[in-house]
Amino acid sequence: MKTTTLALTAAAVAALTIGAAGVANAQSRDQIRAVGSSTVFPFTTAVAEAFGKTGKFKTPVVESTGTGGGLKLFCGGVGPQHPDIANASRRIKKSEVDQCAANGVAEITELKIGFDGIVMASSKAAKHYDFTRAQVWKALAKEVPVNGKMVANPYKKWSDVDPSLPNYDIEVLGPPPTSGTRDAFNELMMEGGCHQVKEVAAILTDEKARSKACLSIREDGAYVEAGENDNLIVQKLGANPEAFGVFGYSFLDQNKDKLQAAKVDTVVPSYELISSGKYPVSRSLYVYVKNAHVGVIPGIRELIGEYTSERAMGEEGYLADKGLIALPKADRDAARVSAVNLSPLKL
Amino acid sequence: MTELADPDVRAVSPARSRYQSDEFVARLRRRYAAEQRFKYAGMAAIGLASLMLVVLLGSIISQGYTAFQQTSIALDITFDAAEIDPQGTRNPEVLAQANYAKLIRDSLGTVFPEATSRADRRTLSDLLSSGAPFELAMMVRDDPSLVGTTKRVWLTASDDVDQFMKGFIPRNVAETERRVNDVQVAAIDRLASKDSIEKSFNTTLFTAGDSREPELAGIWGAIVGSFMTLAITMALAVPIGVSAAIYLEEFAPKRWWTDLIEVNINNLAAVPSIVFGLLGLAVFLNFFGMPRSAPVVGGVVLALMTLPIIIIATRAALKAVPPSIREAALGIGASPLQTVLHHVLPLAMPGILTGTIIGMAHALGETAPLLMIGMVAFIVDIPGGFTDSATVLPVQIYMWADSPERAFTERTSAAIMILLGFLVLMNGLAVFLRKKFERRW
Repeated sequence: MKTTTLALTAAAVAALTIGAAGVANAQSRDQIRAVGSSTVFPFTTAVAEAFGKTGKFKTPVVESTGTGGGLKLFCGGVGPQHPDIANASRRIKKSEVDQCAANGVAEITELKIGFDGIVMASSKAAKHYDFTRAQVWKALAKEVPVNGKMVANPYKKWSDVDPSLPNYDIEVLGPPPTSGTRDAFNELMMEGGCHQVKEVAAILTDEKARSKACLSIREDGAYVEAGENDNLIVQKLGANPEAFGVFGYSFLDQNKDKLQAAKVDTVVPSYELISSGKYPVSRSLYVYVKNAHVGVIPGIRELIGEYTSERAMGEEGYLADKGLIALPKADRDAARVSAVNLSPLKL
Repeated sequence: MTELADPDVRAVSPARSRYQSDEFVARLRRRYAAEQRFKYAGMAAIGLASLMLVVLLGSIISQGYTAFQQTSIALDITFDAAEIDPQGTRNPEVLAQANYAKLIRDSLGTVFPEATSRADRRTLSDLLSSGAPFELAMMVRDDPSLVGTTKRVWLTASDDVDQFMKGFIPRNVAETERRVNDVQVAAIDRLASKDSIEKSFNTTLFTAGDSREPELAGIWGAIVGSFMTLAITMALAVPIGVSAAIYLEEFAPKRWWTDLIEVNINNLAAVPSIVFGLLGLAVFLNFFGMPRSAPVVGGVVLALMTLPIIIIATRAALKAVPPSIREAALGIGASPLQTVLHHVLPLAMPGILTGTIIGMAHALGETAPLLMIGMVAFIVDIPGGFTDSATVLPVQIYMWADSPERAFTERTSAAIMILLGFLVLMNGLAVFLRKKFERRW
């Protein structure tokens, strides 16, 4: 039985050695690391893969942490243990830039890579309906103005909101509050819709109270938080034709045979109309690069060169196939210039 | 009941004994009925559980079995020397840099001469995977003598074509509602009439790392990552867990502090696994500065998670060894350590192995603790060492389930089948070892 003891000791020693090797290894890194938004994730991964296929550098590792979580990691400091690139489905906030600066991340390059549209869609089996943002807000807000007072949302059916809408129970499947898509939905759809409803401004004169009322989503089951997985929402819409789902344009693009998108403020969410900025519920997607890591971690310059190339982010690039909506030509050129010059962001 | 078993009781009839009074018969019937009801309830419970299992497996298999096939398209590729290697040096670097996409476009041009507009040629190129040019590059790299010849080559089709061939993209809907347009449908039909498009076994699924293109994505990277992570977990958790259990069970004096340790170990076994991930992030990444996404960190975190399971299983196995074995060993002069290592531990081994394997299977299916230490990531390269970035099987399933491309739906189910296969294998091994080495007293 001496062998057992020996084997146990050997295994323990081996494990400790491997652990120690890990510590030593963290001192340098030859693989780019990106973190951040789950909305930008499909695009950055596609670029990372194309970049890795050139064979000169290792394929970058991309983590989907959400915009806020990603920027927190990104701003953690300079050095191989901190990521090089952050994906964001909204612009970096002043507070986050300050956080970065406090940790020594002074220079950040901002690259705007494209647009994403947030669509409201239902199953093809259901009748087609279109909405205005005001109608969506009235259907989903926690409190709505009735007879000059803000009351808990009384609407049970879409037809209660507006007689032209379907006689369906209000049921909207959408992302949870942790999601960047929800942030954008709140800001563009809910806040935008709220401003269209004149009574709200008349009743709530206080700026803060009004903004809170605009962004509060009802919690009585009409809005169903369906998790971060948009595929799940698509499947649930198939099972429940009276429900509407809220998700990113790329999922609509992949499921055109199953889903129909509602027009929002009479604009249909198509590639062209989102790209031209006519569709009201669309947002810009960003990639942030840590300038201090350029030249230290190999390949960053080449990676963002690939990202901003016409082959990737152009109108017919491979990112368009993945559902990214291309920027106008001038903006693409601007992104290319920032990728070359690494011009630091100033807010 | 014993009275009933006695045949004499019945034999005394026709004189009705007190055991055959009406009240007795009614009571007996009630007891039998209660027993029957319990039996039926138990059968219903098992039936319901089996039904759930059948539904689960059925839905996974029916959704996933198609992923084991992949469509490919045969093209006559002219490996034009002027295009691939104009200088004729056969330098591998020159060969790797050549424009293989153009060879494919040219070949498609000869198959579909009517496609002259740039848009049509582009849609035809989309029939093939974006990885097809790399497949040609690999062929030329492996066999440079191909340059200058024409050869019929099977190339991977794009995911949309694959889904269309498998019937997941309907043909008879308006063109704008499907991802394969009319030009492509006509082209697919033409290729099919010439036997140039077919489904074959999907080897990529088993040999490639992750990819954003479903037709190029595989789970080999995740399998290697899982293997490395589990190797670390086992190397740490088994020796530490077994030693701790032996000490606690055989040597430690029964005091208040051993009770405290016992309560804590039982508690740890029930702690949500994400907590171990947070611990890993705080201690191993932030304090020790170990690399993110590395199997070594994942293995350590999962080892912490499995330790209590192994300790509890080992203690139970040691407890099951009868005290007479220990007394006999001590009685013939063995030291306590000899008693444990020579007699008790070997006899407890089947139970320890079972506990260890079940703990490992638990670790194999875990994603939550790995989220915090960066193993939930898009990683293409197959990990080559314990400190390379890696991901694991359940994470790969989660990431595919979250991808918009429809072809990932079937691949998700296929990956679940493969993970279930590994789990069945591990649990089967546990049962086998128990059966083989089990000792009864």
